[in-house]
Amino acid sequence: MYLEIKNNQTVNKADIPIDSFKNIKKDLDFKKMRVVQFFVNPENGKNRLYCVFTGNESTKRLFVVSCYVENSFESITPINLALHLFEREIYENFEIKPIGHPWIKPVRKQDNYEFLKSDDMQTHEVAVGPVHAGIIESGHFRFLCNSERINHLEVQLGYQHRGAEKMLKIAPSIQLAESICGDSTIAYALTFAHAIESLSNIKVDKKSEIIRLIALELERIAIHIGDLGGIAEDIAYKIGSAVFGVTRTLVINTMQEICGNRFGKGLIKIDGVNFDIDTKIGEKILSMLDEVQKRVDKMMKAMNNNTSVLSRLEKTAIVSIKHAKEIGMVGMAARACNVKIDARKFDDENFEILTTGGGDVHSRFYIRYVEIKQSKKIIENLLEKLEGEINLERQFVNLAPNSFVTSITESWRGELAHTVITDEKGNIETYKIKDPSFNNWLGLAIANRNGQISNFPVCNKSFNLSYCGFDL
Amino acid sequence: MFETIKCIELQKNQVIKDIKNATVNEKFRGLSKIHSEKCTNCNECKNICPTNAIIGIGEDLSIDLGKCIFCGECERVCTSDVIKFSNFHKLGSTLREGLITKGELDPIKSTEFIKKTFGRSFKLRQVSAGGCNSCEMELGACSNANFDMGRFGIEFVASPRHADGIVITGPITKNMAKALEDTYQAISEPKIIILVGACAISGGIFQNSEELNREFLEKHKVDLYISGCPAHPLTIINAILDFLGR
Repeated sequence: MYLEIKNNQTVNKADIPIDSFKNIKKDLDFKKMRVVQFFVNPENGKNRLYCVFTGNESTKRLFVVSCYVENSFESITPINLALHLFEREIYENFEIKPIGHPWIKPVRKQDNYEFLKSDDMQTHEVAVGPVHAGIIESGHFRFLCNSERINHLEVQLGYQHRGAEKMLKIAPSIQLAESICGDSTIAYALTFAHAIESLSNIKVDKKSEIIRLIALELERIAIHIGDLGGIAEDIAYKIGSAVFGVTRTLVINTMQEICGNRFGKGLIKIDGVNFDIDTKIGEKILSMLDEVQKRVDKMMKAMNNNTSVLSRLEKTAIVSIKHAKEIGMVGMAARACNVKIDARKFDDENFEILTTGGGDVHSRFYIRYVEIKQSKKIIENLLEKLEGEINLERQFVNLAPNSFVTSITESWRGELAHTVITDEKGNIETYKIKDPSFNNWLGLAIANRNGQISNFPVCNKSFNLSYCGFDL
Repeated sequence: MFETIKCIELQKNQVIKDIKNATVNEKFRGLSKIHSEKCTNCNECKNICPTNAIIGIGEDLSIDLGKCIFCGECERVCTSDVIKFSNFHKLGSTLREGLITKGELDPIKSTEFIKKTFGRSFKLRQVSAGGCNSCEMELGACSNANFDMGRFGIEFVASPRHADGIVITGPITKNMAKALEDTYQAISEPKIIILVGACAISGGIFQNSEELNREFLEKHKVDLYISGCPAHPLTIINAILDFLGR
């Protein structure tokens, strides 16, 4: 018993079926479906558990179901590992215990948590973070090693926790949504805007929506190029790092020409966009993309023909397709394991999902190149469709009461989902964010198993997961 | 190997040679000019500002660049053209009050001591205390082949033990408060504190969050504030160069 919904579709809370927990558990087999959101919303003194899920691969169908839970529920993690973090989060936020969960450790809380220990005298610990050697965000990694070999990597986050969900509930604003995860600014702003627009029944004009999608793909290209440079840097291939670094500048400077900010902050507003793309800027985007493509092609060819580069990337830090499906990985990292998941499919049935196989650092390196080329084509098609005027007038935002909406965007990392639930007065009751990193951090831990510590930086960069998107 | 050598041309000649006089694209939202004589006291700008950056009324109307996230909402909502963002990007100050402006910022003054101690080599440790990764990426971009901050002897180093100062981004979360303090204590004297971005300077968009712990800034004196959301690499480099008296 479940309700089929569309991406960005507002439904009445009362229309969402209330099933028994047992039935839900039966449906949540990872071989058949994949969980998008799984969270508790306190309603009328009772805890209502919502679950949004979708088919396993290349599907555009989305379902929602709910049930009431009390102080505890029977953990689903033993039969579907992808839920392990969702259940831990519910325990941390509401003290509703998932009974039978293999390891209920903190998600974002820090209070004197003891890391996993090993009794083996040969095993030693290596602690990294929260302050890292490079200019990156804060998080803690704990390696259990036998000489150079990693037996286990534990990822413990929460250092960046700013209470973003709570703030969005009290004072929702697009500026706040943009600032939750700065490298996915457009994706976050777009998902927020889609959710709020759907709840207040605001229609966005065609041109504005196209401009938003162009910005989303530009963001993807910019970050992917930056990451290619980061991977080159981490294997000490300096020319790659330098070339990709300056190539990324071309893309983000074009973003600045569109909206005045290199990351696209201030571009998206509720009910449209603040800045137009006229023919002059359109032509600039096209010529910039041609130049970028030329440079990336040349650099990628050099790297792919260089044996010392390939020996560091190939067969390093592998996630098998079986593991990727089991732990519910999403986005670019999953596509690098040949799993066909892409949230752009929800909005466009004909969208072609590209994958690279292998699941090693090289596949995650190469999928970026493949996606840069794909995004370039998408932007070129979108630019041809640009016509008319954008609507700069502001519409009144009035959220529908007792409603539920799930908005999903394919950010450059993967599937980003925002679920908004409103109360009887039309105020936001719960604002729930699921960043793609939430699914993928375990993938990083698994990829490093039996690898070398010295390969960790390049593996970490190949995933490039978000700390603040996870910590919120 | 020859393919790699051929790629060298892709990165050369792209450095910004005259970094002090370089300008940013005209659409960039930088220093805002306030024509307070036109203000009708309608308070629309204050109501829409997500970070309460606009202060004072009438003649005294000014903007706090330590809070401003340069979203441009106030400029759009104002019907009397009082607030206008310019593309001027040099948004640094050694004093917190120095960031409250009507359209002019005092130039950053260096001291003999700082010039003598750090002028030729200035190594920094970066700590992200709840930052959203955009200021962090811009700090990283300062060292790329376009902006090339390294040519001035300014670099980010891997350990606080190697550093002359600390660069803080993010609103300083409770969970990062201790790590930040520890990192600062690990730097040897004399040491500099630089705050980059609206979040670090005032809490920015997260100023009302309950998950912050900004005690660090009460305990220690900040030497340089660099505004932006995120701060542009040219803003960062110019502010540091001025601070060093270069």
